[in-house]
Amino acid sequence: MSARLMIISAIEQVAKEQNKVLRPLTDDMELLDSGLDSLCFAILVARLEDKLGYDPFTASDDIEFPVTLGEFFAVYENARRAA
Amino acid sequence: MPASSVLSDGNLEISLSEVYRGSPLGPGRRNLAGKSVLIAVFTQIEAALCLIDLDGHARRLVLVPPDVRTEALSAIIRDAEVDAIVCTDPQSYQHLGVPSLFRCHVKCDPNVPLDGRCRTEWLMLTSGTTGDPKIAVHTLAGLSGAIPQYQHTTPRPVWATFYDIRRYGGLQIFLRAMFGGASLILSRPGEALADHLARLEAAKVTHVSGTPTHWRRTLMSAASNHFHPSYVRLSGEIVDQGVLDALRAAHPGASIGHAYASTEAGVGFDVDDGLEGFPASYLDAPRNGVEIRLVDGALRLRSGRMASAYAGRPDLDLIGDDGFVDTGDMVEIRQGRCFFVGRRGGIINVGGLKVHPEEIESVINRHDAVRQSRVKPRKSPILGAIVVADIVLSRSDDDADAIKQDILALCRAYLPNHKIPALLNVVTSIEMTAGGKVSRQHA
Repeated sequence: MSARLMIISAIEQVAKEQNKVLRPLTDDMELLDSGLDSLCFAILVARLEDKLGYDPFTASDDIEFPVTLGEFFAVYENARRAA
Repeated sequence: MPASSVLSDGNLEISLSEVYRGSPLGPGRRNLAGKSVLIAVFTQIEAALCLIDLDGHARRLVLVPPDVRTEALSAIIRDAEVDAIVCTDPQSYQHLGVPSLFRCHVKCDPNVPLDGRCRTEWLMLTSGTTGDPKIAVHTLAGLSGAIPQYQHTTPRPVWATFYDIRRYGGLQIFLRAMFGGASLILSRPGEALADHLARLEAAKVTHVSGTPTHWRRTLMSAASNHFHPSYVRLSGEIVDQGVLDALRAAHPGASIGHAYASTEAGVGFDVDDGLEGFPASYLDAPRNGVEIRLVDGALRLRSGRMASAYAGRPDLDLIGDDGFVDTGDMVEIRQGRCFFVGRRGGIINVGGLKVHPEEIESVINRHDAVRQSRVKPRKSPILGAIVVADIVLSRSDDDADAIKQDILALCRAYLPNHKIPALLNVVTSIEMTAGGKVSRQHA
């Protein structure tokens, strides 16, 4: 499974568990509009770290938190290339 | 005192009538008169005999649990003004510079009577995990204040405890047995749980006490299948409905109760209705000589069973300005009942929201398939921390994924979102401290 598909699957799982209604997941969707709150993102990042073996937000100090879902994917893809 | 009552650890068995006829420590005990005596013996049964021998004879008895680090001894000796050590191996204590070292070699000597008139202080180490241990100063009168008056019941109970008797919870059981003239079956250093349970069964133990963690371990041990005490007592940690129900199912004929006590505050109260928490009516008026109040959500107790001070630490207040001991145990009242939610210092901060791990564990533990759980923080770059849970299943052949989904559903039903574990890990065991409690090193 690609990192992108894994992230989408994890997002859907977290949304279901936290009883959140997700908006359609497109690259230009702003994360704050996705239907997920910061707790959901915290859980998502922890889950992805367990699945992928890295947490790009902790690994680097100068990372900016992504605004759109596309940027969120990119952060993970960049981290995978660096790993 | 009936001849049939004994103290036993399987290696050594000694009748109480023999102990009371002559000093277990023998003629050498005269050197301990009026001293502050550190009891650093190897086994619990030696410690028990030292206590019986030296109460009323020594100025102070300082009880050292077996897990105390050697490096901590110097501070204990300083703070408790120790001038004699009773131990199994004097060589290991020579470097500490204490004037009198006494090797404990138990042999009751009928020519040396157990005379004693001084009001001995009993000093107990608190179970804090960081820094030098603090030493709570008690008297026998205070320590035994919660023990019902001696009643001649038949058959006489046979007591056992999963605690070490050199800790507050275990010492209560030692005193209950001794004040009731009952037998007490002790564990040996390093003894395997299955062997210990087999001895309890063989000795027909009727009354047993331990922490919820101790009891969960017995429930997981096949050796407990034939062990059926008539009285099961829990204390020392938060007792949740899960462990009470599991013990009820395992011991349908037993009376099952839990008690609140702490090394500093002494025995607070017993709860015998089979439910977790305690009735809020306990806060209304003193019960059995104990006043209970909540201040900012924390439990405070006042009674004649409190320790009087921390030995050698005049800078620390054991008793607050209001005359109460602040236990640091946090309580919430819901529908007329008080529930323990955790320790004041054990809070996990999830994005500014406070979470007590024990509160979540008590929900997880309601699931039939869960034997034990531990909730802990995990660092989060987004919220600072999130909560995750380790879970031990009752049966290893269960479908772990289905149970995880069930547990999450249970948590969603009873907890706000920030308290729902972000991750559930099924593990085979959860580390236990020497005091029989769930290890919480993150706290």
